[in-house]
Amino acid sequence: MSGGRAAGLLPLAAVAAPASAQPLAVVPDEYRWLSFAVFAAIVGLTLLATYAAARRVRTPTDFYTTGGGVSGMQNGWAIAGDYLSSASFLGTTGLIALWGYDGFMYSVGWLVAYAAVLLLIAEPCRNIGRYTLSDILAYRNDPRKARILGALSVVTVSACYLVAQMVGAGVLVKTLIGIDYEISVIAVGVLMLAYVVFGGMVATTWVQIVKAVLLVAASLAMVALVWRQYGFLDGFFAQVVADAGVHKRVAAVLGDAAAGMTPEELGRRFLEPGLLFATPIDQISLGVALVFGTAGLPHILMRFFTVPTARAARMSVVWAMVIIGGFYVLTLFLGLGAALKVGAPAIAEVDAGGNMAAPLLAQALGGGPESLFGNLMLALVAAAAFATIIAVVAGLVLAAASAIAHDLYVGVVRNGRAGAEEQVRAARVAAALFGGLAILLGIAAKGQNVAHLVALTFAVAASANFPAVFMTLFWRRCNTGGVVAGMVVGAVAAVGLILVSPNMTYPKTVVAAAQQVLDEAPARLALIEKALAADDPERVEQAKKERAALGRAVARARDDIERHRQQTTSLVGLEAPWFGLRNPGLVSVPLGFLAVIVGSLLYRDPRAAAMWDEVRVRRHLGVLAAGRRPPPASGGAPGQEGF
Amino acid sequence: MGDPAIDWAAINADPRFRELHRRKMRFLGFLVAASAIYYFMLPIGAAYFPEIFRVRVAGAVNAGLLFALSEFVFACGVAVLYARRAGRDFDRLAGALADEAAARTHAGAGRDA
Repeated sequence: MSGGRAAGLLPLAAVAAPASAQPLAVVPDEYRWLSFAVFAAIVGLTLLATYAAARRVRTPTDFYTTGGGVSGMQNGWAIAGDYLSSASFLGTTGLIALWGYDGFMYSVGWLVAYAAVLLLIAEPCRNIGRYTLSDILAYRNDPRKARILGALSVVTVSACYLVAQMVGAGVLVKTLIGIDYEISVIAVGVLMLAYVVFGGMVATTWVQIVKAVLLVAASLAMVALVWRQYGFLDGFFAQVVADAGVHKRVAAVLGDAAAGMTPEELGRRFLEPGLLFATPIDQISLGVALVFGTAGLPHILMRFFTVPTARAARMSVVWAMVIIGGFYVLTLFLGLGAALKVGAPAIAEVDAGGNMAAPLLAQALGGGPESLFGNLMLALVAAAAFATIIAVVAGLVLAAASAIAHDLYVGVVRNGRAGAEEQVRAARVAAALFGGLAILLGIAAKGQNVAHLVALTFAVAASANFPAVFMTLFWRRCNTGGVVAGMVVGAVAAVGLILVSPNMTYPKTVVAAAQQVLDEAPARLALIEKALAADDPERVEQAKKERAALGRAVARARDDIERHRQQTTSLVGLEAPWFGLRNPGLVSVPLGFLAVIVGSLLYRDPRAAAMWDEVRVRRHLGVLAAGRRPPPASGGAPGQEGF
Repeated sequence: MGDPAIDWAAINADPRFRELHRRKMRFLGFLVAASAIYYFMLPIGAAYFPEIFRVRVAGAVNAGLLFALSEFVFACGVAVLYARRAGRDFDRLAGALADEAAARTHAGAGRDA
């Protein structure tokens, strides 16, 4: 990201100076108030929900799982809200806008991952677990070891994902409202803490519902506008194939390979696989990471503890499936619509990863950056994205707080002997501490590449959490030794492989790319100067825009070179990636499973063996499970804690 | 945790429970295998058989797009299928077993007291 520090010595300084002095503004200053008002309205709505919820939270069951007072449909929307992260809304839309078909493969991955959660994990977890992922691990295995290890993993995974989300939120708010990055991050952090600390799972659930409804409504409205302009289905795709901007983009991506392709072939290529993923194995590895990683994400698992009966759990899962599936189909039209209406260069310029594609599309659909309606649309979509981020970070804080308070404090330190009030207090304190830490980390990560944090989250969840939970639930001979070995090996493999993967920043590559931009700049500038001298006012206007863009690119390149002057190697001292895959899942998930098997076979654990009957019976029968109170007859009777 | 009042081994050995377990696992195994195969056909196909994905079906729509969209229908179908089968079949069996176990436990607890 551009820090705006130009050396000011090279020939292009004149072009670079104004661009670097003023960061790219998406919303004109006179419409900032609009973004602000819409954001404030939505935040107000969620705070109202929190206020109403806070008065209902008295017991740990209320705090962690809403006390069972959530209906199947409500929970379906809440699951969808939990699941549709900003990574999947902003990120996937941007990937489709920039990379066409390959971007859409992410959407499919997110959806199928959810189906895997439903079939493999949701019901047994609901039937056996209570508040946290470690509850499931501690059930059969040595409770102390399982809780400590499980909590460590949950806190690490949540923290990585949280920091990535906070950085995203900070950039989003800064771009749209113009508040400083640091203040944006603090504002997001304070909001998420307000939801969690005061309202626990009840408030978090309502924030998720509000956000899911907003997100789906905003997406539907945008897709309707896209279809109105470009036509439905076949007509729409024909427009994509025929679009000159798309041709340019594909030609730029393919480079030399595009030579000799007709415009129509270029357009078709956008709807075919292979633009984004260079190595085929990477696609498959991404699939593994998405599917198993999602099934091991603590804040997703936690959601299944909120439904009172197996039947309600399934109802909510089907609701969620339809909402999530429908939403991801919409991302295809949003992404391609953004490629048509906004164009890849404009999208990539605001954010190289394409994350601003959806807000920019909204602005363009509403009438462009100068119109009131365009900026209103932008504000609405951005506010939906913002609500998405705060809802997901709230879920993450809740998951981490429950691991710290329920597993470490109550489970390990107090040996399970803590009253209801003390448990809720511990959970609130843990949430406040963890949230505070997340705010500090988010500020420290300013301007950093956070792609590896997201990859890390999914890799650790898939390689450490998933094998341990799955084998505990489904394998007779699984025991403490296996769970400990699996979690350690899975986490070490995932982290280790990411540290040497292409996700990290390699200064040499960055500097080389930046140098290339600088080297090519004079020639490009000459071309632009020539266009500026032309008579055609439209061409001059275009050339002016290109000149400004070039200036910003040069400023960024200088900034990159400046920043990496001191170092030539990545964080772990490599000049180039040692492991070729962005997602290590293909290697680290099997390693995690293998470690569970070997560890279990080498370790003798009579308790795990003796508990197998119970685990198996509970997995199917659920509700008779002791320790889980029977479902309330109707709605949310105030929880009596049966501890 | 653990609840000594419930005889887990007895339920586990109950032929009706065995039947429930067998049927549920078979059904789940089938759905999981089908989902896994259908899903991984997408990245594997895109990586190694791109020419199939390129086949034009109608106008600008190619086989790859239709296949990717069919994944959504498939996944939703799996969810609905599972929910219906579970609601009709597994819940009734599980409910009967759970009620019996609960009744036994209460009787046992009464004697102990």
